[in-house]
Amino acid sequence: MLRFILMRLVKAAIILIAILTLNFFLIHAAPGDPAAVLAGEAGAADAQFIEQLRERFGLDKPLLTQLGIYLGGVLQLDLGYSYRQQMPVADLIFARLPATLLLTLTAFVIALVLGTLAGVLASARVGKWSDTVISTLALLFYATPLFWVALMAVLVFSVFLNWLPGFGYETVGANHTGFRRALDIAQHLILPATTLGLFFMAVYMRMTRASMLEVSRLDFVKTARAKGLKPGIIQRRHIFRNAMLPVVTLAGLQAGQLVGGAVLTETVFAWPGIGRLMFEALAQRDYNLLLGIFFVSAAMVLLFNLITDILYRVVDPRIRVAS
Amino acid sequence: MTEPVLSIENLTIALPEGAERAFAVDGVSLQLFAGEILCIVGESGSGKSMSANAMMGLLPDLVRPVGGRIVFGGVDLLDKTEAELMDLRGRKLAMIFQEPMSALNPLMRVEDQIAEVYEAHRLLSPKTRAARAVELLTEVGIPDPAKAAEAYPFQLSGGQRQRVMIAMALALEPEILIADEPTTALDVTTQAQILKLIRDLQRKRGMAVMFITHDFGVVAEIADRVAVMQLGKLMETGTADAVLDNPQHAYTRKLIAAIPRLAAGQAPARKEKPPVLEVESLSKTYRTGGGLFSRPRVVEAVKDVSLQLAEGETLGIVGESGSGKSSVGRCLVRLMEPDRGTVRLAGRDMAHLKGERLRAARGSIQMIFQDPYASLNPRARIGRIIAEGPMAHGVARREAYERAARLLELVGLDVSAINRYPHEFSGGQRQRVGIARALALEPRVIIADEAVSALDVSIQAQVLDLLADLKERLDLALIFITHDLRVAAQICDRIAVMHKGELVETGPAHDIFNRPRNAYTRTLIEAIPGREKELATAG
Repeated sequence: MLRFILMRLVKAAIILIAILTLNFFLIHAAPGDPAAVLAGEAGAADAQFIEQLRERFGLDKPLLTQLGIYLGGVLQLDLGYSYRQQMPVADLIFARLPATLLLTLTAFVIALVLGTLAGVLASARVGKWSDTVISTLALLFYATPLFWVALMAVLVFSVFLNWLPGFGYETVGANHTGFRRALDIAQHLILPATTLGLFFMAVYMRMTRASMLEVSRLDFVKTARAKGLKPGIIQRRHIFRNAMLPVVTLAGLQAGQLVGGAVLTETVFAWPGIGRLMFEALAQRDYNLLLGIFFVSAAMVLLFNLITDILYRVVDPRIRVAS
Repeated sequence: MTEPVLSIENLTIALPEGAERAFAVDGVSLQLFAGEILCIVGESGSGKSMSANAMMGLLPDLVRPVGGRIVFGGVDLLDKTEAELMDLRGRKLAMIFQEPMSALNPLMRVEDQIAEVYEAHRLLSPKTRAARAVELLTEVGIPDPAKAAEAYPFQLSGGQRQRVMIAMALALEPEILIADEPTTALDVTTQAQILKLIRDLQRKRGMAVMFITHDFGVVAEIADRVAVMQLGKLMETGTADAVLDNPQHAYTRKLIAAIPRLAAGQAPARKEKPPVLEVESLSKTYRTGGGLFSRPRVVEAVKDVSLQLAEGETLGIVGESGSGKSSVGRCLVRLMEPDRGTVRLAGRDMAHLKGERLRAARGSIQMIFQDPYASLNPRARIGRIIAEGPMAHGVARREAYERAARLLELVGLDVSAINRYPHEFSGGQRQRVGIARALALEPRVIIADEAVSALDVSIQAQVLDLLADLKERLDLALIFITHDLRVAAQICDRIAVMHKGELVETGPAHDIFNRPRNAYTRTLIEAIPGREKELATAG
């Protein structure tokens, strides 16, 4: 297992460098010049000033040299400097990362747990009214635009009922510390995380339901019945475990997108996360910041892929033992 | 006569509305006695499996018994509640299934799956359950039972998995064992071992066994009594000898007549004809997996195979699963690239043709596949399926369709089939379409890969007759790949036996069956079910 993980880490590093290089060239191929944007905002867009800016940020060097400098920096965990925000990129990203991860991971767990449970319930009552209700609700959350559900949630639970805070990460100016602060953040988290979670829940629900139904038709389920096992045990031990395999794959794919996947939710709820940072960087041609965010999200995708593969080896002996 | 352990009285099982017929099982009465093996024989759709499932209370959701009784231990099983049936299942009645590959949970260790039987009936402690599992595995003759107990199903061979299934079924010493086609998915040598195992265990324990099969060879091998079913009705019952030697019902006689005979008689003396296909030193190695850092798994599927096919000849390639016989077929039609060797078709090397020239040459060697359900595009009409090949080779659409119509007649189908879809046809009819498609390009050689293996025995006989007839009329050369030695005996002039990628013996069919030289060939032939009975009757 250790050897497997090591090998995968080496592969991941190679892939990461390839992604970085590709992103680097893609960004530079796009129209627009960061020096010109900066100079324009400074109100001094003459050619000489732009040239000075270029020289200062190393943009005058050949592209390959720029790439070399950038990759060299990344190896030392230096993601470069944001011309626009006048701060190291790594500082910018790591300041925002906890908020994003908190939001997306909570939403992910909500989606996975609720979705799987709903899927199991629906499959056990296939064709009955409870199946129809669960399936319809899940589809409704999936089909309704996320930002609209988010806005309605703010309207109902924050504006009308005044139960929960409707925006932000914590109460501004409250200066809570310790447990009080955690509680405050948790309250702020409920609406955005639930909104995002309900959206993804539908996918897990449908996948679980279909997978459970498919597995329940397989021969070994009949074998289990022929042993005289109770339906509950057959559901849990034989059907559920096998039905989870495709769900694990799907969860792994989605978990990788956690970093960049919540732009809309972060915007509606004014959540200070990576999604909004990326959006701003894009609008401002902040090359280094964009590359930095891409790097972190690519690393995250690879990390979650690795976790998925490890998980798969734990749940499926065919993969564990065969390799 | 003693009391039966179980008796089925006038059982009627209804199919859901819109099914092909109203009743899956229609007024069937059967008795099963302690210490006997009762074989229920029938073709697909005869209702034999439905009867067995009804005994276990394991019928599919929409299928339900509507009349009759299944009396076991003085009570009617059809009256029992699900909870009462749960108590009987595994303890009094046990069942094994056809597909050992899928009948075990892939994520659970073997010992846990066996221990579950005790757990379901709240017997023994967890520790003794595990110990019992090993004992049972020993009893069913699995090599290294302690290790097998720890294994996952995918680590065992098909035969070993079926032994695990049997161990599981025997765990609580049931009075009745229901075996639903338990050897159909196994290789012939493995089948022989499993049949012997079931027979031995049945004698040792005095169980009653209901053995469901479509194969009269298996019946001859194992049955004490036989019941023949057709379309949900019981046609005939009697002792094995009586039914096999002196069948009373016309349907039974037809079924028995359809079984390919082993004693191929004297091989007809053929005039030496020039070879149309010459294969030399063909090799194919599969590499799976592997990547940047891991070595791939290497399987030598075909090792240095050489053979010749004369004009108008039928050559059988026989072997068990994994012997490489299908790989040879695929290399010959270039569905797969051989690694080494030459394939000369009428003097031209097919193995190394590329691009346009390969495309042009493909027409002269065509293939018929095993699964008539999967080998026809379900979205295409029969006409297009047959005409597509010629059209791809430049024949005008009109002419190609006219040819398709003639071919449909040739393979014994109505011309109106041309505008219909594959799902409107039975398995046998679809296989005829597959043959018409192969003939559409006017090939010189046809490769039939297990072309009749998925068909019922009476349909199989018809398709074999058709192939033999077409071969004569069109002067085709045929390579017939099969695991079924009976089929090979009936249709082939010469036979090549493959084992683990190598060709171990080639010779005239008559010699292979009567004077096999290779040890493996002998094992293979001795394992053919019903062979002894057939020899005894013939001699």
